[in-house]
Amino acid sequence: MSIAKPSLTALASVAAALVTLSAVLIFVVAPEDADQGFSQKIFYVHVPIALTAYACFGLGAWKAYRVLATRGERYDLESYTGVHVGTIFGVLTLVTGAIWAKASWGVWWTWSSNQLVLFLVLFLFYCAYFMLRFSVEPGSRRERISAVYALFGVALIPVSFFAIRLANDFIHPTVFTRDGPQMTGEMFFAFCVSWASITLLAYVMYRVELAGKRIDANLRELREALQT
Amino acid sequence: MSSGEKYVAAAYGVFVVVVLVWVVILAAKLSRLERETGDLAGLARARPAAGDRVDV
Repeated sequence: MSIAKPSLTALASVAAALVTLSAVLIFVVAPEDADQGFSQKIFYVHVPIALTAYACFGLGAWKAYRVLATRGERYDLESYTGVHVGTIFGVLTLVTGAIWAKASWGVWWTWSSNQLVLFLVLFLFYCAYFMLRFSVEPGSRRERISAVYALFGVALIPVSFFAIRLANDFIHPTVFTRDGPQMTGEMFFAFCVSWASITLLAYVMYRVELAGKRIDANLRELREALQT
Repeated sequence: MSSGEKYVAAAYGVFVVVVLVWVVILAAKLSRLERETGDLAGLARARPAAGDRVDV
C-alpha cells in the first residue's frame, strides 16, 4: 500500500503559516535570555537550520544507499537534491553561527573550536560532491560514484553533532542535556515551532528542486528523441 | 537599535535573503524550462506525424 504524498501547495501553505507563527513566538512570546539578552534570539533560527542541514545530508545519504541497493535511477536525483538543499542550509548554518558568535562572544570564527571546524569539514565535503558529480559523464557510473561519496559523508554527521556535546568550549553551550532543555517552556515551544517550520520549508524546497530537476531530465530525453 | 538587535536582524535577514535568492534562481530556471518546452513543442510540430505519407 502506498501513502499519497501531500500536495506541494498544501505543504508550502503550512510552511508559510508556521514560519509566521514562529516569528510571532520568537519575538513576542519567548522571553529575553537573562545571560545573552536579545542576541539569544539567533538561537531560534541557527539551531533549527543546523539540524535541518544534517537532516538534508542524511536524506541525501539514505537515497544514495537506495541507489546502491536497488539501482533505481530516481534515487540518484533524490540523493542529489537532498545534498543540494543541505548545502543551502549548510551555508545558512555557517553564516548565522558566525553572526551569533560575534554578537555573544566577539569573534566571527575560531579554529580552536572542534564543532565549528567539523561542521565546516562536513559542509566542504558535500560541496566537493558537486565537483565530483559534474566531473563524471551522466549515467550509471556517475550515479554509483555520487552515491558512494554521499554515503561516506553521512559518517561526519554524528561526529559533527556530538562534537558540540563532547567539546566543552565557550562557543557552543549545551542547551539540551539529559535533564531536558535548559530554557523556559515558552522558549522551548518557540524553538520547536521554529524547528518544525524550517524543516517543512526545507522539505518544500526539496520537493520543488526535485520537480525542477526531473522536468530538466525529461526535457533532455525528449530533445534527444525529437532530434534523432 | 542596539548592537544585539543589529546582529539578530542580520541573522534573520541572511535567512530571508538566502530563501529569496533561491526563489529568484528557481524563477530563472522556470523561465528556461518554459523556453525549452516551447522549442521542443516547435520541433514536435515540425516533424511529420507517424502515419503521414511522404510524397516523392
